[in-house]
Amino acid sequence: MIINHPLLGPRDAQEFTYLGDAALIDRPDGLSYPTPDAAMDAMHDYLYQRSNPAGEHRELWYHEQGDRSWLVVTRNTVTHEITRVELARDVARMRGRSK
Amino acid sequence: MSQKNRIEGGQIDRSRSLSFRFDGKSYQGFAGDTLASALLANGVRLMGRSFKYHRPRGPLSAGSEEPNAIVQLRSGARQEPNTRATVAELFDGLEATSQNRFPSLSFDVMGVNDLLSPFFAAGFYYKTFMWPAKFWESVYEPIIRRAAGLGALSKQDDPDQYDKGFLHCDLLVIGAGPAGLAAALTAGRAGARVIVTDEDFRLGGRLNAETHAVGDQSGADWAAAVVAELSALPNVRLMPRTTTIGAMDHGIYAAVERVSDHLPVPAPGKPRQILWRIYSGRAILAGGATERPIAFENNDRPGIMLAGALRAYANRWGVAVGERVAVFTNNDDGLRTATDLAAKGVDVAAVIDTRTGGPLLPGIRHLQGAEVIGSSGRLGLSAITIRHANGKTETLPVTALGVSGGWNPNLNIASHHRGRPVWEESIAAFVPPKDGPAGLSAAGAAAGLFSTHAALRSGAEAAVAALEDLGLKAALPDLPRAEDAPVAITPKWYVAGKGRAWVDQQNDVTVKDVKLAHQENFVSVEHLKRYTTLGMATDQGKTGNILGLAVMAELTGRSIPETGTTIYRPPYTPVAMGALGGRSRGHEFKPTRLTPSHKWATEQGAVFVEVGMWLRAQWFPKTGETTWRQSVDREVLATRASVGICDVTTLGKIDIQGTDAGAFLDKVYANTFSTLPVGKVRYGLMLREDGIVMDDGTTARMGENEWVMTTTTANAVPVFRHLEFVRQCLCPDMDVQLISTTEAWAQYSVAGPNARKLLQKLVDQDISDAAFPYMACGAITVKGIRGRLFRISFSGELAYEIAVPTRYGDAMIRALMEAGAEFDSVAYGTESLGVMRVEKGHVAGNELNGTSTALNMGLGKMVSKKKDAIGMVLSQREGLVAEGGYRIVGVKPVDPAKPLTAGSHFLETGAAAVAANDLGWLTSVVYSPHVGSSIALGYLKNGEARKGQRLRAVNLLAKTEVEVEIVSAHFVDPEGVRLRG
Repeated sequence: MIINHPLLGPRDAQEFTYLGDAALIDRPDGLSYPTPDAAMDAMHDYLYQRSNPAGEHRELWYHEQGDRSWLVVTRNTVTHEITRVELARDVARMRGRSK
Repeated sequence: MSQKNRIEGGQIDRSRSLSFRFDGKSYQGFAGDTLASALLANGVRLMGRSFKYHRPRGPLSAGSEEPNAIVQLRSGARQEPNTRATVAELFDGLEATSQNRFPSLSFDVMGVNDLLSPFFAAGFYYKTFMWPAKFWESVYEPIIRRAAGLGALSKQDDPDQYDKGFLHCDLLVIGAGPAGLAAALTAGRAGARVIVTDEDFRLGGRLNAETHAVGDQSGADWAAAVVAELSALPNVRLMPRTTTIGAMDHGIYAAVERVSDHLPVPAPGKPRQILWRIYSGRAILAGGATERPIAFENNDRPGIMLAGALRAYANRWGVAVGERVAVFTNNDDGLRTATDLAAKGVDVAAVIDTRTGGPLLPGIRHLQGAEVIGSSGRLGLSAITIRHANGKTETLPVTALGVSGGWNPNLNIASHHRGRPVWEESIAAFVPPKDGPAGLSAAGAAAGLFSTHAALRSGAEAAVAALEDLGLKAALPDLPRAEDAPVAITPKWYVAGKGRAWVDQQNDVTVKDVKLAHQENFVSVEHLKRYTTLGMATDQGKTGNILGLAVMAELTGRSIPETGTTIYRPPYTPVAMGALGGRSRGHEFKPTRLTPSHKWATEQGAVFVEVGMWLRAQWFPKTGETTWRQSVDREVLATRASVGICDVTTLGKIDIQGTDAGAFLDKVYANTFSTLPVGKVRYGLMLREDGIVMDDGTTARMGENEWVMTTTTANAVPVFRHLEFVRQCLCPDMDVQLISTTEAWAQYSVAGPNARKLLQKLVDQDISDAAFPYMACGAITVKGIRGRLFRISFSGELAYEIAVPTRYGDAMIRALMEAGAEFDSVAYGTESLGVMRVEKGHVAGNELNGTSTALNMGLGKMVSKKKDAIGMVLSQREGLVAEGGYRIVGVKPVDPAKPLTAGSHFLETGAAAVAANDLGWLTSVVYSPHVGSSIALGYLKNGEARKGQRLRAVNLLAKTEVEVEIVSAHFVDPEGVRLRG
């Protein structure tokens, strides 16, 4: 596969390592829940509840043999077609993450 | 024997005679021959024995689809089994032997299998060797494997190099027949970067095997002229002897180039084969077509081959396979074999045509509405039996028979992305799917366009279209005149009869086997394949699959497209493991990383151990020491008595800088770091989000916003990846920068009561206890060279780690050892490091096992609940914090003379050694010269409360059982006086 890196252009997928669902960006704050159980439930869902679509999937790839960027790659899991590649940092900011 | 079957013509170089041997006998051939064509020229038809029944077999084809002529090439370490004689390029001195026969090819005792064939029908193995179950592995399988085997491996290291390479192009053309050459010419003249791959050593494809004219030239001459033009174009790369084996994603194709298979030994510096990864903008599949046989009784005798192959041997290689031949066909293409052979003066006894009506071939006995119903001849064909249209039978003596049941497009690569082939009634064959790999189109025979004219035109048009997709302009060339005969075929798949009619010759699958599969309701193509093994041999059923499918379609009363076809997968033809491995073999399987003290350690005679990719000194034997234990005991005792030095460069080092670095560390570590004063080091525990410990190490605050983290050797890369994830994906606005400095600093541990005295001789600054107390860190200079010093201890002794830029690493170890001479300092390796950390009760890899929590390690209090660190929430899960769980303990044998065994399980006295009674296990075991016995760390249920108890440590695998006492994990200096000294 070829991943079109937003900064470096088309790169072979061999240069990357794969993590999984880009929903991992949406990590809950463990201290922001009224009870420890609620925090536990939220963290549990964050870590273990993933969708496994046959089709378009947003997922995290890490350019380990390159510039160390984490990317959000939108890939069709059936055809491997890649329709979008974004810097994970930009996605995280768009989703309201900061410090 | 002379080349008695050699006739005029062909594209062989008769001026270059080549000697070769087959089964020990010498023969002559010519440059341009394959092993099969040369053997056939010499009158040798018998080349192998079949897989199951050991039937005598000769070549069925003249190409890579060959199921029968499977031989072993070369000898010694270069011995190569299961090679197709039909594509093995002849070279002088080639040595080939037949396979799967004993004692010889013409007399094979396993031929008895053929007489026992009623017992060997489809599903035979499943039905017969079922009971008793354990006999399968020990008795049945070895016997069956020996009887039904292919070639043998030499079991020696392959002496040749294999390589991998990368190529980029606008257009990849797969196959260099008329369609591929027309495509390459069109794109090449337009200036596009073109790669042409072809499995053959002579480009031109079927043009080399036919007598058709292209323009005013012969097809072969036209192909040669085009190849010459393409060779002169700098933007075109022609790759003969290169098989494109599969379509990967995004226009990437895999191809294997047989660089040196046609040479006795690769030229100096050249690999045997190269696995290419070809990145293409667009690709054209012009892989031609493969002929299929018609099944009839005893259709597998040497001398019976595909009609197109019979013609190819005559036209391309100047070989008449038999002095008297016949042709059996259901289509017009088969008739060409008869006319071509007759034109070459070969005696064509008859053409048996299953069709009726239509014009008769002039001057040839053309029997319409007839069938071949059998053959005879012990080790090769001597006669065929014909049933005429009127029902009368006739035995016709012939020594070769060409059979044509039509042609199947070589669409394999087009369905590598699961695209389903489409049935095309007009040619009675499947054509490539529309939903093939993106960017791939098919042309010529591969697309089901069988005339030369259609091949040329479709190739050129496909190239124009492909280039247009890429924004490049190409003009259609003036195409030369070429034959444009329509396909005329009336499907005929098999001749009904009582005897065995072969469908898949390599796996010995007959029409009867397909019928049996149907009878037992294995009617889906995928079931048919697995039940009968149809198409599962090394030829992947290139000649037999569609035939088997057609038989099943007829039995079920469904059409062929309704019956379906199995999915093609890479590789297109068999690939050597060596090519897949490339240079990643043996020592070069992975990189070897050397520590800065490696050269010095080698001079000391150190014994090395692989730790990840690193080579680390394991211990340093001294004269007179005969066992590793003697060396390790000495190193440990000397370190604890005076001072020892160890290279710890392999630990991961990550520089962390920025105004938010402290907050960042609070996020990734379970304990708090932001409060650490400048100039201090703290031990940190890093959790995974699920609450399990990921890694541990120390992190030093070198300045207000400058930190240095260390990781374990094994986790250096994953931890760095994790830190980048937290930085970029979770905390995108934190002012934090990371860089790995593992390779930048050479780092040595200096441990023992005299460590300070030794270091003070080299370090320019005051490092007294007052100036540089326990857990201090700072920038220093070593005789003027910048360095870093950390007062941390893994051994439990007064200890430091000193770092200098890597280029000074060798000088540093020499300086340390020289400065330590007056203290009788020792160098110690990873074994002593391990002994001392177990004596001190520190966890390492065996305890950081990916299933253990901080609580298990006795470090539960380190997990701060006041901040939202990674893993904090889930580390508090009920199951992980339950009372009575595993806790780390120290373990001593009650009898100091008894050794402990790592992996032993704790059991109560008298408890049976079963899983239900299991209380935990010994994680790390060392011999402690300090304690004077084996000691261990272990995870023990409710371990805290069990201190002082006696248990048994049982290892059922090592068959050991030792009574042990549970003690504190701190065997040495539990109060920590020494490291603060």
